[in-house]
Amino acid sequence: MQRTIKRIIFFTLLLIIWQAAVKILNVSPALMPAPTDVVKALATGFEDKTLIYDILASFRRLAIGLVIAIIIGFCLGILLAKNKTADETLGTLILALQSVPSIVWLPIAIMWFGLNESSVIFIVILGATLVITINMRIGIKNVPPLYIRAAQTMGSGGLDLFAKVILPASVPYAVTGIRLGWAFAWRALMAGEILSTGPGLGYTLKYASDFGNMSMVIGIMIIIGVIGTIVDLTFFQRIEQNVIRRWGLETSK
Amino acid sequence: MGDDLFLQINNINKQFINQKVTSDVLTNINLDIKEGEFVSILGPSGCGKSTLLSIVAGLTKPTSGEILLGGNPIKKPGKDRGMVFQEAALFPWMTVEENVMFPLRKEMKKSEAREVAHQYLQMVQLSNYTKHSPHELSGGMQQRVSIARALSMNPKVLLMDEPFGALDEQTRARLHHELEKIWIETKKTILFVTHSISESIKLSDRIIVMGTRPGVVLEDIHVKTPRPRGEHPQAVAKLAEKINGLLKTEIDKVVKEELAYAANN
Repeated sequence: MQRTIKRIIFFTLLLIIWQAAVKILNVSPALMPAPTDVVKALATGFEDKTLIYDILASFRRLAIGLVIAIIIGFCLGILLAKNKTADETLGTLILALQSVPSIVWLPIAIMWFGLNESSVIFIVILGATLVITINMRIGIKNVPPLYIRAAQTMGSGGLDLFAKVILPASVPYAVTGIRLGWAFAWRALMAGEILSTGPGLGYTLKYASDFGNMSMVIGIMIIIGVIGTIVDLTFFQRIEQNVIRRWGLETSK
Repeated sequence: MGDDLFLQINNINKQFINQKVTSDVLTNINLDIKEGEFVSILGPSGCGKSTLLSIVAGLTKPTSGEILLGGNPIKKPGKDRGMVFQEAALFPWMTVEENVMFPLRKEMKKSEAREVAHQYLQMVQLSNYTKHSPHELSGGMQQRVSIARALSMNPKVLLMDEPFGALDEQTRARLHHELEKIWIETKKTILFVTHSISESIKLSDRIIVMGTRPGVVLEDIHVKTPRPRGEHPQAVAKLAEKINGLLKTEIDKVVKEELAYAANN
């Protein structure tokens, strides 16, 4: 509870300082709007429902992209963990691609798919797939050999061993992979929408910026941050912690 | 097939090759184990006793030699040999009950498997913990689940690899008592690997004392002291002294070798 109070005080202070600074220094709203202006812009946006449509549109792309990324990532991760040659060749390529921000694929994606949703979803998939692949691979490689030996003495082997022991044992890594995949996907989505087309949060941000509406720009930045934090804290971290506790991976407090 | 030919370990040799250096882990191990016998394999660390058990389990291939169980050669792991490891090796994503049902799921219906699981969980006095997660149980309780899991598939032999090695003294003593009871109740053949002299004397009909580098059988001791052994402290102490003498030479040998190795490097 104390943590919540500290946070409330911190953010209230931040807003007060921001408001005071803008008013006292008399900054032009085109450079830095005051919090009250941002709230006004957001209120208008929510009232005429444009922001709600934007959020829904962004989430739709994110969901499609993330689901496809999870499917591809799991398959690739399993392949890399199980096949040494694939790991030594394709694995290196995936590590190399991981260091390329997925947004740089956008020009080529637009050439392939056109200036539309498919391009943005492609960027989202690229952003999330690699980190999910890497985590899935580690998860399968790190299954305790003792589990496998124990299962073998109980008559399990082959596909049964894989489905009933190896896959469930790698769930903690898979969950971490999905959580990181979501974070990468969210960033890729915003970048893709700013450079591509709407509707969507990123597109509306770009649109507002083109018309010098800085209150809306900052308002959308706040929405992006708040959504990112809420999803991470209330959804992914909670799942991750549950899995870690259940799988007995908790480090002693 | 006679009683004497239940579990035969014939001329087992095992070599490990590590960075082109071949080391003999086991040489010429021969053992005949009778049905229903409680046999301990006792030796200092590095004598290959766990490797031998792993070969019987079918998890490790011997370099040469063969093992017959009821006349059939052992080629791979199978449900006729239940194994209990030093760590409980329970699957954390399953409940206690589901863990015990794991080896049964292909050969019987779920309801039947659950019944069998409950029966064995009752035997290890954990019938109140069927729906718990393994991480909610203490180390001793987890090991009891692991014993129930191995017994539930009704194996011909129960293989135990230092099963109580990671437990505290009191828990270990309780589990010794329980294991002895289970053994009397189920009449299972048990192959029990340990480095504790007192543990082996407390539990077994036969103690196979192993020497190290390479692993060989030093002596095959039949324990004649009646059970419970706690009531015959003098006989136990005498036997412990004898085994101690046997192992001391072995441990001295290891220490000497290690010192020589350290001096050369």
